Order: sequence, then structure tokens, then C-alpha cells
Amino acid sequence: MEIVRPQSRRNFLSSSNDAVSVPTIPLYRSAPSLEVRLEEFESFAIDRLRVLKGISDGMSRGKKPEEMENLVKDLWKVNMRHQHASDVLNKDIISHFVLRLVYCRTEDLRKWFLSMESSLFRHRFRVLNAEAQRAVMEEFNLPYRAVSNVEFESIKEKLGQVARSMGQPAPTADAIFYRVPFEEVPELVAGRKVLISQGYAYVAMNQIVSLIATLFRSQLSKTLVLTNRKWTSSIREQEKHRLTPIVEALCSSYLGPDYSQSREYADISLKDIDQVAKNSFPLCMRHLFDKLKEDHHLKHGGRMQLGLFLKGVGLNLEDALAFWRAEFSKKVGLEKFEKQYAYSIRHNYGKEGKRTDYTPYSCSKIISSTPGTGDHHGCPYRHFSEENLRAALDRMGVNSRAMEDVLDKARNRHYQLACTLTFEALHGVPCDAGINHPNQYFSDSKKILQSKQKDSST
Amino acid sequence: MIPQQEPDFNLNHLKLYYGKLFPFADLVRWVSYGNDGKHPGCDQSYLGRREFSFTLENDIYLRFQSFNNTLELENSVKEKSPVKIDIGPVYSVDPAKRYAYAQGENNVFAPVERELIFDIDMTDYDDVRYCCSGADVCLVCWPLMTIAIKVIDTALRDDFGFKHVLWVYSGRRGVHCWVCDRKARRLSNEQRGAIADYFRVYKGNENSHKKVSLTGAALHPFLATSYTNVLKDYFEKNLLTGQNLLATEERYEKILNMIPDESIASELRGRWQDSRRSSSAKEDINVVRWEQFKQVLQSGKHKAQGLRRCVEEIVFSFTYPRLDMEVSKHMNHLLKAPFCVHPKTGRVCVPIDPNRCDEFDPTTVPTLSQLIEELNYEGSISDIDGELNRTSIGNAITLFRSSFLQPLLKACKEEIENSYNLKLQQSKNSLGW
Repeated sequence: MEIVRPQSRRNFLSSSNDAVSVPTIPLYRSAPSLEVRLEEFESFAIDRLRVLKGISDGMSRGKKPEEMENLVKDLWKVNMRHQHASDVLNKDIISHFVLRLVYCRTEDLRKWFLSMESSLFRHRFRVLNAEAQRAVMEEFNLPYRAVSNVEFESIKEKLGQVARSMGQPAPTADAIFYRVPFEEVPELVAGRKVLISQGYAYVAMNQIVSLIATLFRSQLSKTLVLTNRKWTSSIREQEKHRLTPIVEALCSSYLGPDYSQSREYADISLKDIDQVAKNSFPLCMRHLFDKLKEDHHLKHGGRMQLGLFLKGVGLNLEDALAFWRAEFSKKVGLEKFEKQYAYSIRHNYGKEGKRTDYTPYSCSKIISSTPGTGDHHGCPYRHFSEENLRAALDRMGVNSRAMEDVLDKARNRHYQLACTLTFEALHGVPCDAGINHPNQYFSDSKKILQSKQKDSST
Repeated sequence: MIPQQEPDFNLNHLKLYYGKLFPFADLVRWVSYGNDGKHPGCDQSYLGRREFSFTLENDIYLRFQSFNNTLELENSVKEKSPVKIDIGPVYSVDPAKRYAYAQGENNVFAPVERELIFDIDMTDYDDVRYCCSGADVCLVCWPLMTIAIKVIDTALRDDFGFKHVLWVYSGRRGVHCWVCDRKARRLSNEQRGAIADYFRVYKGNENSHKKVSLTGAALHPFLATSYTNVLKDYFEKNLLTGQNLLATEERYEKILNMIPDESIASELRGRWQDSRRSSSAKEDINVVRWEQFKQVLQSGKHKAQGLRRCVEEIVFSFTYPRLDMEVSKHMNHLLKAPFCVHPKTGRVCVPIDPNRCDEFDPTTVPTLSQLIEELNYEGSISDIDGELNRTSIGNAITLFRSSFLQPLLKACKEEIENSYNLKLQQSKNSLGW
């Protein structure tokens, strides 16, 4: 891909007119040999980012698959059109490669980009017609064969069981199944959505998207690492004055702060922590905090979720050690605390092991966690039973009118909206941006409480 | 109940155990996966990239130990007498030298291979066993572990196609499982997570009471097979009466609470409160009540959606394996090596034969002091196999070799030869043109 000055715009792909009629998805295997104007380099990328960001928001709101489908369709239509129909495909390709450059540069960026692009690909693939789907499959060169009639007959009953376990009708004799090593379709395995026998998963035609998306993802994952190598070894330096500033500016504006370094309201001290927890912790953290005080213990998942949150809130390492020590030593004793638990607290602060400074968990990470027996972490709006959620909200001081709205959102799996409503009910102030991060809840809450304090003192 | 047997564990005995009985060579042959051979296809660096971790007395952890052969491991263990030896993943580079490699821009120190492992711990079953709690186990609750072994082992072999599965008693209150097929060792974290999720039925945490939720018009074949072949029988013939699941009001209330339809629950409640007086001593009260329960729920008039699965949900709740998911999901988790001695019980972590797991009795597993006594009884004989055969650990080691190690090493040898030949073939072809 060659980036050119605005005035020297030349023709794009000469064959682009032929491509218009085929509604397919490019696999972005290699950078196209075409010229891009500098301002399009940026504007295309921003348009695609809007799509990816929209997907990210939709997922963290816990939208259902069919809702996501419509969302992606709309996002794509609104942002990715182009005045020349023939350039739609080019815009798709160019914007992808620009963002690849933007998001190849750190592990976290790569992870986010990978997840959003895969999700985008999945939704676009699903709405293709059968012919176009087959074309994509062919391009991937899948080595798997469809199950023969004889084999189908022998496993028909079990395939029917699988279908019925998902509330679908049993497959008929003309249904196509692929026999695929189970490792290739992890999400179908995880959801028990396929029959697995002797190491092979039997993937129905309407599930093939899962296989294709997995392939797309692993291919993109590899190339992102390669792009990163190219970026650090040559591109960054060569494009120091032209592309590098654009690339570096593009990602930060859209990922939101990661709250790894607390800023404005830094440095809460240990003596205030009980009060602060009561006033400004979101329910997930408040619950962990209360349980810790009650049981003098939290299991690993809870220690991570609360510990990193407190770090983001501004509790320094020394205070964090004192905080955890005070509780744990009541249950396990001081000696055991120092031996078993202190290490992992220092580890969270990047003082042990591979010395990564870990970032606090975001809502989407917390919502997607899977707390088990004895665990108290996770998102209360998702992981609590309704009774327990009601009781917890009551303890927080949510009034009964707001309570029903919150429970309703939680029931409909809008966990972050439920949390936002809780925030609004407790602070009496609208929160238009919504809650996306426990540390955002905290800092927004502090802001409001401080301004209220100022108002009342003047 | 197994009482806390602290006296069974003593550091001098442990030294003697490491000196005379611990099967270092078998352990190293296992984790070398054939790479300790003479074949040119062997990866000589393989064993040296495996992490071992020692826990010393006073809870001192020595992580990232690595060894190039049996002798190095043996010498180090004998010198340090760790109370616990853990086995970690195979890394991209020798874990003992990880800092040297971490200097570069690309951090190349990362796990590349790891057995697929499962950790099942009795403490996770505390809400469904009444005989003991926490760290204790007894013959009344041990069947829960037997069920776990049967269900998981069958699925690992029949569904996932794995062949080299090792089950080990954890020494106190649970079992460990090592899946050692080449394919299993090379699974990504995501693929491990998928398998763990495939096995996960028990959902819910401390804040949501619903434990098992089975929806849909049918059970997935894996769950259906587990139910008919293992869970149902163990529930009805073993745990129901063994744990007295329906004997008292408090216990049957717990089960009645799992019925989504309150009117049915109160119908049964009414009958059971009365039956306290009228029941004859002839039949076990748990069995009588369970039959009534099934009859009411499965009778024609209650076949509504939601109730259909209720009997199964209860059986699953009280029997289905509960895995520690995090252990299975990540490559870099450590797991205690077989044949370690549990420092609290003094019992040896012996392998369990999955085909005969219902015969396994945790209360008769050899203890350290028992082994030492056996050693002393005959006086000193220098022949190591003689020592093994004389002591009760001999059977455990024989089982390890015959049912696990030998078939595994045979498969490894073939794999190494095949991939070597393939490589040879490829390089020949590329030379030709």
C-alpha cells in the first residue's frame, strides 16, 4: 500500500469495477498494492474504528446475538459507505490495514482489535448468501470433508440430540455436516453445541461461521505480530513525520482510559477507605469489600478484581499490603499471609514475577468472568440471583422505584445499564456516558460528591 | 474420616523415602515423552525446558527449577527434601535462565507445552455432602470422586479421543488428572478453556442459588450418557442413602427448593411431614421419598416445560463433577507430581486406575510411616526394585508403568519417528527441486 499526497491522486484498483457486484468479504491476506491519499488514510480508519467501537459497546452491554446482528449491519452501513460504489471494497481494505498498524503495537491493543475484527467478520459472514459463504470457505482452503450419508446415518440420533438440546429441530438427511478436529471450533465445544466423538466435532452448515471466524482470527493474530515487528523495526522511524503521528493518535482516543494510573482523585488513604467504599464503590466492588470484611478472606478471582480496582483508585502498594494484611491475618494468620498472599499483591503492582503493571478490570472483563463455588467476584447484575441482587441494592440504598428499573435491565442482560441506573439513583445525577469501568464509576462518583460538597459549603 | 495424621509425616522419613523409594526415573521418562532417546528426531533440550517447583519446609517456594536428566532431579530432591514437588509447563527456553532471555525486546519466555490437567477437590462439594466437610473425606463421600473420574475419563477418551490419561490421588481430599497425548499438550489456552467449559454444568456462585440448569428439549449426548451410565445409578444406589439426602426436613427442603413449581413442592412437603409417623422401618426413608418425588414430577400432569428437567437437575446437582476451571484453562498452572507425600496426611499421591476406580479406597493408601516401617522390617537390601516390591508402594508404581507409562512411551516413539521421517522427506523433496 502506498500513501500519496492529496494532489497526486491516481486511479485506485483498475479492476475495481468488476468487484462491485460480488458481495463478499475480503480476507485481508496481504496489503493491497494501491495508492491512498493521506486524508483518506485517516478518515477511513476513523470510520472503521466507529464500527469496531460500536461492536465493543454492544458486546459489553450483553446484547443478544440477533441484536448484535442488526447493530453491526447498521454500523457498517452508516460508517463504511463511500460515494463511489466501486470504492467501497477499497475503503474496507484500506481501513483494515491502517488499523492493523494502529493496533499492532501492544498486547492489549492487539487483543482488542483481534476480538472486534473477528466479531465484525463473523457477522458479515453470517449474512452472506450460501454461494458467497462457499466462496469464502474455498478461499480458506478448508481441508475438511462433509460427512458421508453412511456416516450420517450412524450418528443421526446423536446429532438430533444435540440439535434438540439447543432447541432446534433434528437435522434431515440432506443436512450437511463437516467433521472437524475439535480444536478448530473451541466456541462450539465450550457451548456443547456440537457432537464430539473421537476427537472430531460434527459441525452443521449453519455453524460453519464459527470455524471460519476461528481461522480468520488465528490468521489475523499471526499477522498482527508480524506487523508489529515491521512497525518497530522500520515503519515507525521511516514515517516519523507523516504516518506515525496519525497512527499513534488513532488508538488512544477510542479505547478509553485503562485506569492503570489513577489521576485526579489519587491517593485515598486507609482511614477513609470504609467511607469511600460506602459512597463511591460500584456494587461489584462494594460486595467484595463487604465480604472481605465479613469473612476476612476472598478467593483468587475476588482478590484480583478488588485488588486491581483499589490500585486504580489510588491505593499505593504499602497501603494495599496493610489493607489486605489487616483482613487476612484475622483468618489465616500473619505468617501465612506474608507467605501466600503478599507475593500476589506485589505482583499486581508489578513488583514480582514478570513485572507487568496490571490494569484494573473493565466491566466487560468482569461481566464475562465465571465465578464458581465460594467466589464473590463477577458482576452482581449478571451473577447474582434476583433475590440476592434485590437485597444488595437495598443495602446500597437504592429506592424501590429505581430498584424495579435496575432489576428489569439486569433481567434483560443490560448489566452496564443496570449499573448506570444504580449510579443515577444513588447520586441523583444523570450519567449519560454510561458505566464502562468500575474505576470510572468511582471517579464519576467522587466528582459528583465533591461538587456537591462545594455547593453546600458556599 | 481420615484423621489429621501429622505423625505420619516426618522429614527424616521423607529423606528416606526420596532415597529409597521415590520413582525418579519413571517420572523423568514420563515428562521426557521419548525425547531422552537416541533417535535423531529427539529434542534434547525438551526436559531441560520443563519447570519443576519445590516447596520446602516452612513454605519456601523454589520455582523455575529445571533438570537435564534423572540424576540432576534426583540429586536436587535428595539434597533439598521438598515437602512438595510441582510440575509446570515446558517453556520456550530453560526456565532457570529466563531472565537472561527476557532482556531482548521480544519476551521469548513463554509456555509452549503443557499436559491438559484437571483438579477436582472435595471442598467444592461441601453443599452436597453431610458426612464431613472441608479437608476431610470418608468412604461415604469418596464416591463423588469416583463419579468424577468415570465421567471425565470416559469423555476424554470417547469424545475428545485422548488415550494417555493419568489419574492421581491428591493425597488428601481429591484427584488430579493429567492428559498427556501430544495433541493435548499443545492445546492453546482458549482450547483448554473450551474443554473445561464443555465439562461445566454446575453454574452459580455464592450469590446465586441455582446450581445446575438444564434447558432445551434434550440433553447433549455427553450429558445424557453421563446421566444414564454413571450419575443416576450413583445417586440412587449410593449417595441418596449414604448421605441421607432426604432423611430430615432440613435436607429435603433443600431439594424441594429446587422445584420451580411451588404447588408441587408443597404437595410433597405435606406428604413427607406426615410420613414421619407412618413410615415403616422396612424401607429406607430416602428411597421411599425419592420414588415419591419422581412419581409426582414425572407423572403426566406435571410434564410442563421447566419441570421436565427437574429430576435430572437434582441428580446433576448432587453428583456431577465440579472442576477447578482455572487450573485447566491456563498452560502455566502448576500441579503436584505423582508419588509426592501429602504433608498433612502422610499419604502418597498414588495413581488411580480409572477402570477400577470404584475399588479405590483413600483410607488405605500407603502412608510415609507405613512405608518406612516396611523398609525397616526386612533390613537393608540394596536392590531398588527389591525395595519397591517389598513395600506397598510397589503396586502403585507397577500400575503407573503398565497402564500409563508404557503405552505412552510407545506412542511417543512412533510420533518422533514419524515426524522425523516426514521432515526428512520434505527436505529431500526441496533438494530435488
